[in-house]
Amino acid sequence: MAVQALKDYQFSPADSQDKFHGGQLLYVGWDDHLMFCAPFAYCLPPSTRFGDLCEKIMAHSFGYHPDWKKVDFATVTWLKSGQPFQPDMNKTLAELGLKHKDILRFQTPGLKGIAGTCS
Amino acid sequence: MDMKASKKKLGLKEKYAHMTRGLGWETSYQPMDKVFPQATFEGIKIHDWDKWEDPFRLTMDAYWKYQAEKERKLYAVLDAFAQNNGHLGITDARYLNAVKLFLTGISPLEYVAHRGFAAAGRNFPGVGPRVACLMQSVDEVRHAQTQIHALSNYNKHYDGFHDFKHMLERVWYLSVPKSFFDDAFSAGPFEWMIAIGFSFEYVLTNLLFVPFMSGAAYNGDMATVTFGFSAQSDEARHMTLGLECIKFMLEQDPDNLPIVQKWIDKWAWRGIRVLTLVGMMMDYMLPKRVMSWKEAWEIYFEQNGGALFNDLAKYGIKVPECLTQCTEDKEHVSHQAWATFYQYGGAAAFHTWMPNDEEMDWLSAKYPNTFDKYYRARFTHWRDEAEKGNRFYTNTLPMLCQVCQIPMLFTEPGDPTKICYRESEYQGEKYHTCSDGCKHIFDDEPEKYIQAWLPVHQIYQGNCFPEGTDPTAEGFDPLAAVLDWYHFNNGKDNMDFEGSRDQANFAMWRGMATKNT
Repeated sequence: MAVQALKDYQFSPADSQDKFHGGQLLYVGWDDHLMFCAPFAYCLPPSTRFGDLCEKIMAHSFGYHPDWKKVDFATVTWLKSGQPFQPDMNKTLAELGLKHKDILRFQTPGLKGIAGTCS
Repeated sequence: MDMKASKKKLGLKEKYAHMTRGLGWETSYQPMDKVFPQATFEGIKIHDWDKWEDPFRLTMDAYWKYQAEKERKLYAVLDAFAQNNGHLGITDARYLNAVKLFLTGISPLEYVAHRGFAAAGRNFPGVGPRVACLMQSVDEVRHAQTQIHALSNYNKHYDGFHDFKHMLERVWYLSVPKSFFDDAFSAGPFEWMIAIGFSFEYVLTNLLFVPFMSGAAYNGDMATVTFGFSAQSDEARHMTLGLECIKFMLEQDPDNLPIVQKWIDKWAWRGIRVLTLVGMMMDYMLPKRVMSWKEAWEIYFEQNGGALFNDLAKYGIKVPECLTQCTEDKEHVSHQAWATFYQYGGAAAFHTWMPNDEEMDWLSAKYPNTFDKYYRARFTHWRDEAEKGNRFYTNTLPMLCQVCQIPMLFTEPGDPTKICYRESEYQGEKYHTCSDGCKHIFDDEPEKYIQAWLPVHQIYQGNCFPEGTDPTAEGFDPLAAVLDWYHFNNGKDNMDFEGSRDQANFAMWRGMATKNT
C-alpha cells in the first residue's frame, strides 16, 4: 500500500548515508545482556578496522558489564540481520561489506549476564 | 400600548438544530469539493452527513457557560494550593518526576490535539461533526492551559519544569509522543478521528488519565487532581464523539470497513507503545502506588476495551491482531522502560533511581511471573554499584525504532531474554523496527516513515548542537552540547534522584515547615 495523499508524495529519506559527514551507521547488540537496554547506534568511518570496533569502541560502550572482561572474541559468534556473519578482525567495515544501517548481534557462549538472568 | 408577547422559547432540540445544522450552507462561489478538499482522498465514503447524531446536543452558548463555571472552581483551588505551599504536601520529592513527565510529554499534546480537532472541524463538510470538533478543539486548548497553569507552581521550586515546549521538539524520549501526534495530524481528517478521537480518546484515555490523576491523589498533589477533575467531564464527551464517529463511518458505506479496521490496528498499536511511559510511571515513579500497570491494563483495556470491541463486532470490526502480544507485554514493558530511563538518566529532564527493597517486594508481588526472574537481579546489581559510587550511565546512544521512535528495548514474543529485531527495506535503504506491530505500520506507508526525525540519527548528523558549535574543536563534549541544545540544566535537571537539588530542597523546605531547627 502507498500513502493516500492529496498530491504526489515523494520525499527523500531523512537518514541517507550522505548526511553523516563520511560516517555510516552501524548498530550493535549483545545477546543475553539486557543490562544494555537496547542495541547501540554508532556512526563510524567505513575505514574503521573491525578489531578496533571490538577492542576500543565496543569496549567503551559495554565495558561497565562484569561479563565484558570475560568475552573471548575467538569464540564470539556474530549475526548480521539475523544471519551468521564471520568478520575478520583486521579488515575494515567497508572490506567486510558492512553497509550503512547494518545491524550486528554478537553472542558470547557461556556468558548469561547478572546472576544468569540475561541481564 | 401593550407589549407584544414574544414567541415561546425554543426547545433544546430546536435550538440545537438552528445552531448547528442551521449554520451550514451549500457554497456557490466555489464548488463544495474545492472548499472541502480533504473530504474524499482517504477513501472514506459519506453519503449523508445529516445522519450524524451528536449525542450531547450541546450548543456553543451552553458550552461557554459550563466551561466558565469549571474554570472558576479550578483556579480557586490552584490559588489556594500555591498560597499554602501545597507542593510540600506531596508524599516524597520523587513524585515530582511523574509530574515532569506529564508536563513535558502530555500537556503539549493537548495543544496539538486542539490544533488537530480545529483542522478536522474545518475539513469535514458535515455540520454535526464540525460543531463537535470545534468544541473538542476548545476543550483541548483549555486542558493545555490549565495543566500548564497548575504545574507552573512547581516550576517556582523544582528543576526540569522550565522549558517543556522547547523540549518537546528536541528531546529524544519526547519524540515518542510528538511523532505519535505528528503522524495523526499529517493524515487526513478521518484518520485523525480514528487515531485521536477513537483509539486515543476512547480506547486508551483511561489508561493515561486515570493512572496520572489517581497517582496525584494518592501522592498528595491536589493541583493535578483538580485539573484532572476539570478535564474529566470533557473526556466523557470526547469519548462519545470518537465512538459516534466510528459508527457513522461504518454505517455510511460498507467500503469504509477495511480502511477503518486498518486505522484501528495502526493506532491501537501506536497508542500502546506511547503508553509504555505511563506503565513505567505507575510502577516506578509514584512513591505511593495506585495499582500496577498490569492491573490497570487488565481493567481498562482487557475488560473495558473487550466490551467495546464486542459492541463494534456487529459492524465487522475485529480486535486488532497485534493486541495478542500485549497480554505478554503487560508483564514486562514497565520494567524495560524504567531500566532504559535509569541508564539514560544523564540525558533525561527528570530524575531516576532504583527501587528500594520494599518497592522491589511490591513489584515481585504484582509481577510474580516476571519481576524476580528477569529484572530483580539487574536492578539489585545497579543499586549495589550505585552505593559503591559506580552508578550506571550508558555512554553510547541507543538504536531507535523507525516508527514509534522508542529505543529498541522490547523483547521477542515468547522470549523475554532477547531483543526483538525487525527489518524492512525500501528503495535500497534499511529500516529497523521494534516489533511486528511497528514493522507492519512501516511497510504499509514507508514513504511517510522514511522521513522520521529520529533523535539519535539527528545527533550523529550534527543537527542537535547549539548554533555556532564546532564539533571538531579539541575537547568537544557532544553530550553536553546536546543537553545544552535541549535547554537542560546539566547536573540539575538530569541524573539520579539521590543527591539531586530537588531532593535537598524538598527535605529542607519540608523540614522548615514541620520542625523548629
